[in-house]
Amino acid sequence: MTARRIHIATAGSKRLAFTFDGQPLQGVAGDTIASALLGVGVRIVGRSFKYHRPRGVWGGWTDDPNAIFDVSLAGVTKPNVQGTATLLEDGMIVRSVNSWPTARFDVKAGLDLLSPFLPAGFYYKMFKWPDWHLFEPAIRKMAGLGRVGPDVADGPDGLQIHDQCDVLVVGGGPAGLSAARAAAHAGQDVVLVDDHPDVGGSLRDNPCQIDGTAPAVWITPQTDAIKAAGGRIMARTTAFGIYDHSLISLHQTAPFATHPKLIRMRAGRVILATGAIDRPVVFGNNDLPGVMSLRGAAAYLHRHDVLTGTDITLLASAQDVAHFGPMFERAGAQVRVLPLETEGLRAVGRGKVRALSYGTNRHHADAVLCSAGLSPLVHLWCHAGGQLEWDAGRGAFLPGAGPDHLSIVGGARGANDLDQSIDDGHKAATGQTPAPLPSIAPLPTTPKPSRARQWIDLQNDVTTKDVALAAQENFASVEHLKRYTTLGMATDQGKTSNVNGLTALAVQLGKPIADVGTTRFRPPYVPVPLQLYRGARSSTQIAPLQRSVLEPQIRALGGAMAEYGGWLRPAWYGDDMTTAIAQECAQARNDVAMLDASSLGKIEVMGPDAAGFLNFVYYNSIANLPAGKIRYGFMLTERGIIYDDGVMARLDENHFVVSCSSSHVSGVTALLEAWRQDGHDPDRVFVHNVTQAWATVTVTGPKARDVVAALDLGIDLQAEAFAHMSLRLGTYDGMPVRVCRVSFTGELSFEISIARDSAPNLWDHVHQLGATPIGMEATSILRAEKGYIIIGKDTDGETMPQDLGLIGPRDRKTQPYVGNRGLQTPVAKATGRQQLVGLAVPEGATQLPTGAHLTAAGKSIGYVTSSYLSPTLGHPIALGLVQDGLSRLNADLTVYHLGENRSARIVPACWYDPKGDRLNA
Amino acid sequence: MQRFPCPFCGLRDEREFSYVGDFGKVRPDTKARVSDAEWAAYLYDQKNPKGQSTEIWVHLPCQEYFKMTRDTVSMDVIDAAPLRKPAQ
Repeated sequence: MTARRIHIATAGSKRLAFTFDGQPLQGVAGDTIASALLGVGVRIVGRSFKYHRPRGVWGGWTDDPNAIFDVSLAGVTKPNVQGTATLLEDGMIVRSVNSWPTARFDVKAGLDLLSPFLPAGFYYKMFKWPDWHLFEPAIRKMAGLGRVGPDVADGPDGLQIHDQCDVLVVGGGPAGLSAARAAAHAGQDVVLVDDHPDVGGSLRDNPCQIDGTAPAVWITPQTDAIKAAGGRIMARTTAFGIYDHSLISLHQTAPFATHPKLIRMRAGRVILATGAIDRPVVFGNNDLPGVMSLRGAAAYLHRHDVLTGTDITLLASAQDVAHFGPMFERAGAQVRVLPLETEGLRAVGRGKVRALSYGTNRHHADAVLCSAGLSPLVHLWCHAGGQLEWDAGRGAFLPGAGPDHLSIVGGARGANDLDQSIDDGHKAATGQTPAPLPSIAPLPTTPKPSRARQWIDLQNDVTTKDVALAAQENFASVEHLKRYTTLGMATDQGKTSNVNGLTALAVQLGKPIADVGTTRFRPPYVPVPLQLYRGARSSTQIAPLQRSVLEPQIRALGGAMAEYGGWLRPAWYGDDMTTAIAQECAQARNDVAMLDASSLGKIEVMGPDAAGFLNFVYYNSIANLPAGKIRYGFMLTERGIIYDDGVMARLDENHFVVSCSSSHVSGVTALLEAWRQDGHDPDRVFVHNVTQAWATVTVTGPKARDVVAALDLGIDLQAEAFAHMSLRLGTYDGMPVRVCRVSFTGELSFEISIARDSAPNLWDHVHQLGATPIGMEATSILRAEKGYIIIGKDTDGETMPQDLGLIGPRDRKTQPYVGNRGLQTPVAKATGRQQLVGLAVPEGATQLPTGAHLTAAGKSIGYVTSSYLSPTLGHPIALGLVQDGLSRLNADLTVYHLGENRSARIVPACWYDPKGDRLNA
Repeated sequence: MQRFPCPFCGLRDEREFSYVGDFGKVRPDTKARVSDAEWAAYLYDQKNPKGQSTEIWVHLPCQEYFKMTRDTVSMDVIDAAPLRKPAQ
């Protein structure tokens, strides 16, 4: 007989179907994957990392190093899932790791026969010559546990939540419940987290009388009291790391194929009631399936009705034997006891334990339940910087000095007694000093010599011999030992192996354990799925695409939408890109076109200091701009680099609208706000970004005036009354409009801004009046024909205003402005700066590639920034930044691109209507 | 990771804040002659003290710039105050 379900509490529970290595099996509701496997008698759940030794379940919860699976459900696959702490769900496909075809019949099991030749450090020594890299691919292929598929990044995203509380209690056992209750009762905002589906901790693993009642009867009033006082209880929530400033990461598990939740909790105080786990007993062949944690077996019995054997041997302290022995007997098992100090003990069996032999004695056993004492779970304590002290009596590292905001109570600080745990919790929550722990006589912990292999780390196949070898080869520091033997690596992280490894090392070195020291625990305490960190804040979720109110109108007209500077805008209208763009350009040049300019920045700057403020922030003089006029200008960085270009319109003495480029609206707003608050009187100038409140319809082309006139805005549109670079206020259909005569196309243009809700009517009206909608690609060509720049495309991180030929303010503006000193630095005045010019190709040549190098004497002296085939001019046009370009007009350059050399001539950047007659029409 | 006190919104998560610069850094009067060294010092030199540091931060959701004094060793926040002068 092996493990089986005895059905007391779970008799009527729902059955859950699942498969393990292809074999259909059944568990019951409430099972973990491990308890379901044990319940149907599966002993071998996986293979060890190095020797492919059979591995069975060791622990009852996250302290298990063996039951690691690849699990699939509903199209979601997760590698290396801890089977002891993952709840079984109907339809799960469970696959053992590091084994093929199954955990039971693993073709690589033969590796174990080679184990005498594969000691610790084997790889480092053997594959050093001639070159590790020759062997690495094959070794890597053999190593590793679960399979990571290409779809590992698929599946549900983690939900990320930020939360805070006064007191966070980690662990819902007796100490944690007591602490949470006392803290909540004292009026504090309490959160209690426990990684199990229900609170109760050790009380549910091994029920015993508490306050004269059954544990289940004791737990409910505690949780009721915590909730009644406003406390929150989060089950299935693991605190897996504590970071600086009391940031605790909580992983809340959801049903398998759904979103896991990452809660970043900031707690004023943290009370750790994380409990303790069994320390394995080191004896010969102690890795055989059937050798289990005593408390783990008790948990399977009491939580899942699974009895882990019928012929059980207890290998534990007298106190544990007295406590646990009768439980297993009552459940129907025969129980034998061996003292921890038994000499020459070894397990016998193939694939599972069948007997125990010691000296000349041998007796049958199908389960060996072990505990060499309790190891407190001090991981979180160490994350937060808490110190550890070796306690020889308990054979464990107990928490020593720690940070002020952290308390550690109950089993986690070494208290084994229920009353003391409850008292600990209460005292920690109410600010009292916990009672000192009674000192106890040491249990025998040293591994006894044995001819059989004695395993210390079940996951990484580390034996006492490996530790001895490491010590012999002078890897005698614990940190070296860990790396040389891989002791305490992978998911175990020393939970079960740490103390036994250190004990073995101490024996080898002839030193006390306290002097050997311990490795440090680092987050995460348990493995967490990658999905947890892959939150929704990526791509458009982190920078949401901005959309125009006119999008439905644009789509109805056949707009091919694309992203431009963070905004979704039409690239062109219709199906055929090439013909559409050419036609749109022709419409704007010869007739009348319309475009949605709503994304252009509209930042209102007002107040008595507004003019002086903008005069300081912008390169161009703003102070002398008359009301009703508009000026083009640059915003510079203090280093003199052009950050943004835009137009400033002055509505009246103290009221301006800054129209910055679409992609820089938030950046420009932030800079204006920074200078306003840190450098100006914030009560005399105000900045409001109203970009989203106003939509803008631009009408452009030689016939634009006729269209705008038909809108009946109440504005005299004649050139004498409403000149280029000025602004007029009017109304459209009763709504106020701001009409700007600025032009990005080089044609007569009116930019009509209106409250966003009224914009669709205005758009439709303009369209009915005969204007052709044009997209961003045509607009880009039209502006390039005029030599108008796009910031960040035709300028780069070194471009200053003089590089575009705009030197007026630098030479004449007397008031200080942002960047003025930067324009006087040696680098700003140096020769050889890259300047913006036009680039003409020889007659009949094709268009230059954007980004191509402009070279002279074989060296790059600049590059092509914009290049188009101009439908208006019928030949290619290009803009480029080239060293001293403005003083080298008509010079010929070599254009280098992907191994090809071509020629181009430097010409003025403006290709079309250089006098601006059309603009001013 | 910690929480910072915005003088206007109270204790808020660190992620909502952005560092602006050293407090008390005055832009040189660029109407007068400012040497290259002086200008470079204004642009690039940070005090970066070990211990108490007074800095300007912005609380992004409310867009207020304020002065925060903190300890760069213990990471404790010592004081946070608005930049705006109190009303006369």
